[in-house]
Amino acid sequence: MLEFMEGSHAVAEIVKRCRPQVIAAYPITPQTHIVEDLAQMVANCEIDAEYITVESEFSALSACLGASAAGSRVYSATTSQGLALMFEVCFNAAGMRQPIVMTIANRSLGAPLSIWNDQQDSISLRDSGWLQFYAEDNQETADLHMIAYKVCEDHDVLLPAFVCFDGFILTHTFEPVALPTQEEVDAYLPAFNPYQRLDAENPLSFGMYATPEYYTEFRYEVDRAQYRAKEAFIKAGREFGEQFGRDYSAPVEGYRLEDADTALVAMGSICGTAKDAIDEMREHGRKIGLLKIRTYRPFPAQEIADALKGVSTVAVLDKNISLGSGGAVGTEVKAALYGSGISVYDYIIALGGRDVRKRDIAAVVDLAEKGEGDMFYGLRTEVL
Amino acid sequence: MAEVEGGGCELFSAGHRACGGCGPALAARLLLKATGKNVIIAAATGCMEVFSTPYPETAWGVPWIHSLFENPAAVASGIEAALKRQGRTEKVVCIGGDGSTLDIGVLCISGAFERGHDITYICYDNEAYMNTGIQRSGATPYGASTTTSPAGPCSLGNPRPKKDMPAILAAHGAPYVATASIAYPNDFVQKVERAINTPGPCYIQVHTPCCTGWGFESGETLNMAKLAIETGLWVNYEMVDGRVEKAKKVRRKPVEEYLAKQKRFRHLFKPARRDDVIANIQAIADANAERFGIDIKRKESSE
Repeated sequence: MLEFMEGSHAVAEIVKRCRPQVIAAYPITPQTHIVEDLAQMVANCEIDAEYITVESEFSALSACLGASAAGSRVYSATTSQGLALMFEVCFNAAGMRQPIVMTIANRSLGAPLSIWNDQQDSISLRDSGWLQFYAEDNQETADLHMIAYKVCEDHDVLLPAFVCFDGFILTHTFEPVALPTQEEVDAYLPAFNPYQRLDAENPLSFGMYATPEYYTEFRYEVDRAQYRAKEAFIKAGREFGEQFGRDYSAPVEGYRLEDADTALVAMGSICGTAKDAIDEMREHGRKIGLLKIRTYRPFPAQEIADALKGVSTVAVLDKNISLGSGGAVGTEVKAALYGSGISVYDYIIALGGRDVRKRDIAAVVDLAEKGEGDMFYGLRTEVL
Repeated sequence: MAEVEGGGCELFSAGHRACGGCGPALAARLLLKATGKNVIIAAATGCMEVFSTPYPETAWGVPWIHSLFENPAAVASGIEAALKRQGRTEKVVCIGGDGSTLDIGVLCISGAFERGHDITYICYDNEAYMNTGIQRSGATPYGASTTTSPAGPCSLGNPRPKKDMPAILAAHGAPYVATASIAYPNDFVQKVERAINTPGPCYIQVHTPCCTGWGFESGETLNMAKLAIETGLWVNYEMVDGRVEKAKKVRRKPVEEYLAKQKRFRHLFKPARRDDVIANIQAIADANAERFGIDIKRKESSE
């Protein structure tokens, strides 16, 4: 049954049904509605969890790490500056192989201070070892949380994950969402079965230091686990589809790509606008398609190459900028298509909450087809 | 003292990589004698973490976790919450050095104590960042030369007195705060036992001389810890619900007897005596004695 609700509320409702035992979070715009809703659920005895009102995002993730190591399923949510403050713990949690699920309400990073959406925050953590899943709408956001717990806790994976959805554009937007019942979630997501835990009956040391003889192999193991996570994601997504009728088994998802000459590549809510723009352009006879990246980490390079092999031009919409280099997604898409002969152009777009309309998408396509790219789109040169 | 379980085996095993005469290593051994097996340790980055857990070896016979330099109190908050939810009984104990505890980890400790988690935090205080090579911390005493507060023609060494972390945590409403010294092992063990059996966040700062960082012979560690007490530069006391109880009384010796034995204070004696600095250090000891009432009645002749 579809219910009309705010994106943040949908996340809180699905997290409740995933039964975390420990929640630790710190308020930050635009993540706050999620953690407020969860706090109220704890206060109302709707959720059987400890809610730790930490004094910083740094401690939020540190507390999640401790609780996870002690054998509990955990949850946190953050964004932007909060995620930046967690930087050190992020690398640590992945290296210590703790299956923490954290929602990222994507937001830009200062300076200048901006509370509005882009994807700079989570993309800047691309090298941390966390899995990164990006949702297009609130239904997908809610569903990806269930899938994320299943993938992270798989003993062949044991990595933490960000479930990313765009700040304000999704967090504060009301959409119809189908929420599964508790029984349905329980049937999909088994109780947490930690691979190892802190336990006086079986004393183990967690987080020891490694000399050069061992460090490389630890990093190799995390890298391998990322690749195994792709298989686990495909499997968990397929199982989800079988149970709920919505299939998320594809790390990348094409839209009207079959006969496309030009393909857009994007992540998150901008995909919805792009699909509408593509429909309009196709009415005018233009062969345009979209490739949506759902799993940014592990990066689906082969899937991207396979999906785009019929197109001649690719335009990547990057809601981030690796300053001094280019858009992070564009750089990786170019690497994935290296040697294919496809022209790939990158567009830095929608930074700090700047709105993207269908005509902007069309303008990007025009630029790409003219061979103009690797640029900031829509730059207001009058204020430079 | 708690009887060590397992037929007298040490829970903190020998064979770790601490320096000979390491004060913190002794504190770790005594700590686990007090806690027994039913404990989970959350450790900070630092000397103790490095010398006790070079992968794949560990000295810890109890569950132990190290995450980062500044977060053991936050990690412990999560562990405590998880144990509560799972209905488990292990005690949760944090260990951090003075750099972790008094400097970089204050945010996490303040948060954990304010929230009232049932944890015990042990700070092993060797009065500088020893793991990185003897840099000053908030616990470095006034006048001590370190690699970042070196003595020189324009420097008397560290220009500031020790930060009063026990008072800071007592001000958070901690039910039990204590200082201890490895020179008095039974006292330390009893304080740990009291702390872990007191509900809520408790704090013990244990003085653990570092022969390498302070510059004394490795066989002198306990004597150095004892001299700190006997000069009044370290005071063993307990604070219960914010009130000082049971400070250890001493017949005080002049601080010079303690200072002259350590290379970190050598510049106060050579090439020229710095009577002004020594007098200031004596004033710190006198103020400690006054504040905690530790003096056993002094003879007039000793003045």
